[in-house]
Amino acid sequence: MTLAIRAEGLAKRYRLGGHRPGRLLYEEIGARLRRRSAPPGDRPDGWIWALSDVSFEVAEGEVVGVVGRNGAGKSTLLRVLSRITEPTSGRAEVRGRLASLLEVGTGFHPELTGRENVFLNGAILGLGRREIAARFDEIVAFAEVERFLDTPVKHYSSGMFMRLAFAVAAHLEPDVLVVDEVLAVGDAAFQRKCLGRMESIAESGRTVLFVSHNLAAVRTLCASVLVLEGGRAVFRGPVEEGLARYERQLASGGGELERAAFSGPLASELVLERLRLRQAGREVAAVDPGLPLELLLEGRAEHDFRSLDLAIALFRDGFRLFTCHDGPSGQPLGAGRFESRFELPANLLRPGVYTVGAGGQRPGLGGWVWADDVTRLEVSERGAMEIDGRDLGALTVTYAGSRRSVVEERVSPARP
Amino acid sequence: MSAPAVVRIEPRRGIRLAELGELWSHRELIWVLATRDVRVRYRQTVLGVAWAVLRPILAAALMTLVFGRLAKLPSEGLPYSLFALLGVVPWTFFSGAVASASESLLGAQALVTRVYFPRLALPLAALGAPLVDLAVSLVLALGFALSSGLRPSATWTLVPVGLAILFLAAAGLGAGLAALNALFRDVRHLVPFALQLALYASPVVYPASLVPERYRAAYFLNPVAGALEAFRGGVAGSPPDPALLAISGASALALLIAGVALFLRVERRLADVV
Repeated sequence: MTLAIRAEGLAKRYRLGGHRPGRLLYEEIGARLRRRSAPPGDRPDGWIWALSDVSFEVAEGEVVGVVGRNGAGKSTLLRVLSRITEPTSGRAEVRGRLASLLEVGTGFHPELTGRENVFLNGAILGLGRREIAARFDEIVAFAEVERFLDTPVKHYSSGMFMRLAFAVAAHLEPDVLVVDEVLAVGDAAFQRKCLGRMESIAESGRTVLFVSHNLAAVRTLCASVLVLEGGRAVFRGPVEEGLARYERQLASGGGELERAAFSGPLASELVLERLRLRQAGREVAAVDPGLPLELLLEGRAEHDFRSLDLAIALFRDGFRLFTCHDGPSGQPLGAGRFESRFELPANLLRPGVYTVGAGGQRPGLGGWVWADDVTRLEVSERGAMEIDGRDLGALTVTYAGSRRSVVEERVSPARP
Repeated sequence: MSAPAVVRIEPRRGIRLAELGELWSHRELIWVLATRDVRVRYRQTVLGVAWAVLRPILAAALMTLVFGRLAKLPSEGLPYSLFALLGVVPWTFFSGAVASASESLLGAQALVTRVYFPRLALPLAALGAPLVDLAVSLVLALGFALSSGLRPSATWTLVPVGLAILFLAAAGLGAGLAALNALFRDVRHLVPFALQLALYASPVVYPASLVPERYRAAYFLNPVAGALEAFRGGVAGSPPDPALLAISGASALALLIAGVALFLRVERRLADVV
């Protein structure tokens, strides 16, 4: 068995509040002097370990899912393997050419046309003009942008942009393909197409590292997973076992909300700390669309509120689908911890990834705290993929209505 | 099928010369990045590539007025307007190349933080668009020289020598400044000012012969001095002292090595600081 990737004790340390991007020269000198004069161990800057002692192996031709909560180190690991940033210690070996698709439209220049961008991207991946030209038609056909090839990509929709970016990375036949979260963008049909393409890449014996919060996709695509937690590799093995571990990880102590995400005049008086998902009495990481869903919002009120409304909202592609409250307007909220429950019926949400917003306000706009994006909510596919191109959109609205033929009445011209 | 090469990823110390080899394998990228800049440069402008000619003409006209007519600076027997144009054309390339190379890393943040490639490709590719402008304005400058009665002679062979010195110096300075600029944004504010100064420290609006004899060797440590004198003197048939030219050449080479070395040192921290 040949190894495609071998990582030994990879670690990456970032300085907090250290060398900030674009600091000015005198600031840097000042910071260095302060650091020198401060006793060791009492330095003003802290360090965080985004990765610590990560070791794992990936055999050639394996498709490995990389899962872990936000901040677990997934992106840092991919950046190290893609050689974008250097590890602080440890080492890794990658056999062959590695292409990474870490963000939508990496290396696309808005002023250039689609055609020019394909060549630019190919060159970034280290391919010659001829090699790119040989695959050009295939890329364009996959991306479905034939008509817009000579349009600058700044005029592309985000969907077209995404399709072209994925098509380029997926068709340049790297030995190792690293894909981060790209499936979170784009519509269901495109996501399915990407998955199909990654399957065929895998079948052709290439190695794929696939980072996703979309557990259904990880299940479909990967035979094994690498689970990261707090910068450490805590599991490397079969997909079901790994995902079970990841889901437990999410359920326990999961769902913590980032305080910095919230804004508003009440942000320091009403602190929202956790949001958990529960179905059939069990905490879940991904939502089964066939069961009712409870969202549990936990937080702390710094003082008594005579009346306070708590709400969550669901967004899809930046569009607010709805806002719902845990009860009628004007309820009091006592000082201390609270838990608020929101119920959504079964069969409301279609499969896909949603963004959850949460917050609270005094009725009549007497102060508020809100964040549009506190966490993401994934609704998984149910059973076989039963999409026939009819049921598109975020909400399930079954056909309700009827149809009749209307006989057009012959209208005779009005008499003067 | 040959076995694919194994890429090792580990913390680096010092400078990695292997990167220069990698740069060669990414020559296609340099080409694509450079042509990208060229294409984008004059998009959505009315005059398009005519700007490459207009800018040196306007600058030379202004200099002729101020330094030729008013200050009456000497021009080594050439009409001052031709003298100024032959100085401005290579100077415009140099200052444009240094300015765009020094911004090249910051301007490519999206690339640097998301994909790997030898980063040196960025400042090198940034020289492409100024080179195209130079080629266009060179036709103008040499055409003007011919129409003023100068005829090609053996000394015209100094033209490519001068331009080569200019290119090496611009590449080295550009790479070094690009690296510093990524670390300290001060550089961005300093560069235009420094280039303004360098214009007067180089024989653009005045001939190098104006510099007192005993300072002249030191003066030619500025590689632009040798490059400009070789270029203009070559066209005009009055070549500079080969010893002085050698000083400028050596100094350009030193600048190149120092700039690239600095760049390679800073480079591995780039994705974390840009």
